[in-house]
Amino acid sequence: MVVEMSLKQSTPKTEASNDVILEVKNLKKYFPITGSLNNTVSQVKAVNDVSFSLIKGETYGLVGESGCGKSTTGRTILRLLEPTEGEVIYDGQNINKLKGNDLRNIRRELQMVFQDPYSSLNPRKRIGTILEETLKIHKIGNKKERTEQVMNILNKVGFQREHYYRFPHEFSGGQRQRIGLARALIINPSIIICDEPVSALDVSIQSQVLNLLEDVQQEFNLTYLFISHDLGVVRHISDRIGVMYLGKLVEESPTDELYSNPLHPYTKALLSAIPVPNPFVKREKIKLIGEIPSPVNPPSGCVFHTRCPFAMDVCKQEEPALKTIVHEHKVACHLY
Amino acid sequence: MRGDTMTELLLEVKNLKVHFETENGTVTAVDDVSFSVKRGETVGVVGESGCGKSVTAESILRLLNEKHTNYEGNILFEEKDILKLSYSELQKVRGNDISMIFQDPMSSLNPVYTVGNQIVEALLLHQNLTKKEAESKAVEMLKLTGIPLPEKRVNEYPHELSGGMRQRVMIAMALSCKPKLLIADEPTTALDVTTQSQILDLINELKDEFNMGTIMITHDLGVVAEVCTKVVVMYLGQVIEEASVESIFSSPLHPYTQGLLKSIPQIEGPRDEKLYVIEGKVPTLTQIPKGCRFAPRCEFATEICRDKMPQLESYENDLKVRCWHFKDIQEKRGGMNGSRNESQTVNS
Amino acid sequence: MQNIMTEEQLNVLKSDMKRKHRNLLVKRFLSNKLALSGSIIMIVIILLAIIAPFFTSFTPYELDAMKRLNAPGGEHFFGTDNYGRDLFSRVVHGARVSLMIGFAVAIITSIFGMIIGLYSAYFKKLDGVLMRISDGLMAFPAILLAIAIMASLGPRVENVIIALTIVFTPSVARTVRSAALVVKEQTYVEALRAQGASSSRIIWLNIAPNVLSPLIVQATFIFADSIIIEAALSFLGAGIPAPDPSWGNLLYDGKTVIFNAWWMTLFPGIAIMLTVFGLNLFGDGLRDLLDPHNNKAKK
Repeated sequence: MVVEMSLKQSTPKTEASNDVILEVKNLKKYFPITGSLNNTVSQVKAVNDVSFSLIKGETYGLVGESGCGKSTTGRTILRLLEPTEGEVIYDGQNINKLKGNDLRNIRRELQMVFQDPYSSLNPRKRIGTILEETLKIHKIGNKKERTEQVMNILNKVGFQREHYYRFPHEFSGGQRQRIGLARALIINPSIIICDEPVSALDVSIQSQVLNLLEDVQQEFNLTYLFISHDLGVVRHISDRIGVMYLGKLVEESPTDELYSNPLHPYTKALLSAIPVPNPFVKREKIKLIGEIPSPVNPPSGCVFHTRCPFAMDVCKQEEPALKTIVHEHKVACHLY
Repeated sequence: MRGDTMTELLLEVKNLKVHFETENGTVTAVDDVSFSVKRGETVGVVGESGCGKSVTAESILRLLNEKHTNYEGNILFEEKDILKLSYSELQKVRGNDISMIFQDPMSSLNPVYTVGNQIVEALLLHQNLTKKEAESKAVEMLKLTGIPLPEKRVNEYPHELSGGMRQRVMIAMALSCKPKLLIADEPTTALDVTTQSQILDLINELKDEFNMGTIMITHDLGVVAEVCTKVVVMYLGQVIEEASVESIFSSPLHPYTQGLLKSIPQIEGPRDEKLYVIEGKVPTLTQIPKGCRFAPRCEFATEICRDKMPQLESYENDLKVRCWHFKDIQEKRGGMNGSRNESQTVNS
Repeated sequence: MQNIMTEEQLNVLKSDMKRKHRNLLVKRFLSNKLALSGSIIMIVIILLAIIAPFFTSFTPYELDAMKRLNAPGGEHFFGTDNYGRDLFSRVVHGARVSLMIGFAVAIITSIFGMIIGLYSAYFKKLDGVLMRISDGLMAFPAILLAIAIMASLGPRVENVIIALTIVFTPSVARTVRSAALVVKEQTYVEALRAQGASSSRIIWLNIAPNVLSPLIVQATFIFADSIIIEAALSFLGAGIPAPDPSWGNLLYDGKTVIFNAWWMTLFPGIAIMLTVFGLNLFGDGLRDLLDPHNNKAKK
């Protein structure tokens, strides 16, 4: 394991920078709404035909407001939720078709860091036991080796050996997030899906965790799928960003390009709505009318047309496809 | 704006201390907090979790369980000390002169009554209205908060409304009796950014319309910059800095305030640099450091900081700061902070 | 840095932490008046049931036609019954029978309830089937169901235990299931699934320890309820067969002579009442102790 790690490290990041490591193709996740007789009455279209790919070593940010399906996308990729349709290809294998041992093996490669630092650790177990459990699941090492490995990884995320015997309630939110990260790192994955990893944390703690995420990414040559609603955080950490609205990917772009030149009206509105900690700047806001429609009955055509200040007739009828406008900057909008 | 009324003092919190009795002895959640709110002014109370900002807010309405709570100091609302009011006098103030909006719009509305019912109830409790009048007032209030089709919404139950709508209903309810002071405890934390910006605009507009004083409790410095005129920064139960919103952002004096501002990932400006980190974590209230409470995490801390607690000192132009070294630190930094903020340009 | 610690230091630290944890639990227990008084009552009753036979020279079956229905006093503390048997010794032996049945039922229902509850919480498809069966069982009044089962099985101590287990398992399963449903939604369970943990690892090593507290509390109440229902069964003649003394049998014997030998009803009655009271106190206290919401600082 240790040897394996150092091998990975020695591969320079730039060399493989255009390798696609994970490809998500037309992913759909519908949740059935059942009636009184257990029959499916309708479906919540949480993720509705989303495609994107992760490039080795990058951080891909997935942003959107609550209910846009960004977390569901992350969970469906990991098969924590069974996908309704679509493919997720890692290393030539379609994860959605795997079963039993193959699925368990692929889970060594794809790990997740969760949002809630309080419920993500079993309150009855010591930190060491929690981390060791992961190794036990994958039958790695004997007891002594496992303990050693856990202590090493605790060290990596800034803890001391003595913390091995502590219980989760003895730690603060930020520390628990670091433990959650250690749990994901311990089996040496290549992709980590970070689901709002800092949104439950205080500002001063948030920056600690973000910096740690960046450090371990370098060290372990990780690829992140970073899910967040906080556009400041996503901008800081991501190389490329996908913007989701109502189960659809509406815009995808390299980070700097997205913030300097947002194309989709929704992205523009989202960016202008963020309160900036600077009272000297009074920005012009793009106001959105109304509320996000229900994902049970998404609007026809472009899902955003009900709130879009630039909506045209075509938007109500035809669904815009995601097309490349400038280099790597894609948008799904009839304006372009 | 309204010349005279602007300067009228509405609320004055003087040396407020709040002690809780817990299993592990007495804990002081708010320690010697003083600030004031004028009519038409929005005061931001900022800090991280556990800094005592919510406890301060709840003390103003005395919402804490008084069996385990001891207050010290004064909370003067229009020169009456709220901490000395009897229960029935307090009830007259609550919801009538002072209203509060809470963070969680899901649990602050009663799910078994229509939203109209709940507003009407608040109105009947405090104002001399007939049921009919109260009902039309409720519709009027909902309209004021920008809810579409208020005549229809008034008969709906909380679960039929979205989070943003519910927060609007909460605001309608809080403002229905024309309070003089509005306490908003993290009113937008549970909401999405687009909804948040709508709600903040609404609070801003209504504040002018009613000429209320507002206390905005938040951890989000962006929200502060957007709506507040004055800012009180709290850390571990104490006020560590108080200043106008402009000077907090252009030249923060306390190292903690500076650190907070630097550690937020921005949506503008350079982004290749590492984020600034305030080392360590907020200590719990049972292990308050001796001396300056921020000293263990402060990069400028010296012997005196670890030994003696600094007092909240007045500095030029209504600035107040609790730090032994703020002058030295400011000299070291020069005018860097101010120029950084002003030079930023905006893309939209 | 103090980062590098030797094995020894770590072991010292580990045992130190475990001791502190234990001390804290003891302290909490001692400051919880309900649990403390409940457990004192139970300890006294259990001790009496164990050691009392050594203080009395009578066995519970020894007939003495000369001493029928003697009032309490003299060598018979609780008096004698209509066959001249020593009532004290019968009550004390009854305690053994009743406590044994209660304890056995509590343990067996906990095991079955845990298995059924955990699996129906974790597997949605099983849930429908298992919970409908338990709904069906719970639709009968407990005592009627117990009588019906006893009627078909015949009056024996083992059968009483079987009958009570069938009666109480559904409620335990429900308690476990509802607790497990909450735990199942916790992120750490999802994290385990994300790591590829098997269902049985998740169920038994991660969910089960978290439902133990409500289960233990429930088991205490079942203990108490079993004693009452066993008494009722025996009183109705569907429980422990005579001449074995159980508290229900004693009450049954006393029924016919209640107006001239009050002690035959009073003492077993007090025994049942005290035991059930003690157990319920203990259960309530445990609930407060084990509920994490009550342990946080009272704010």
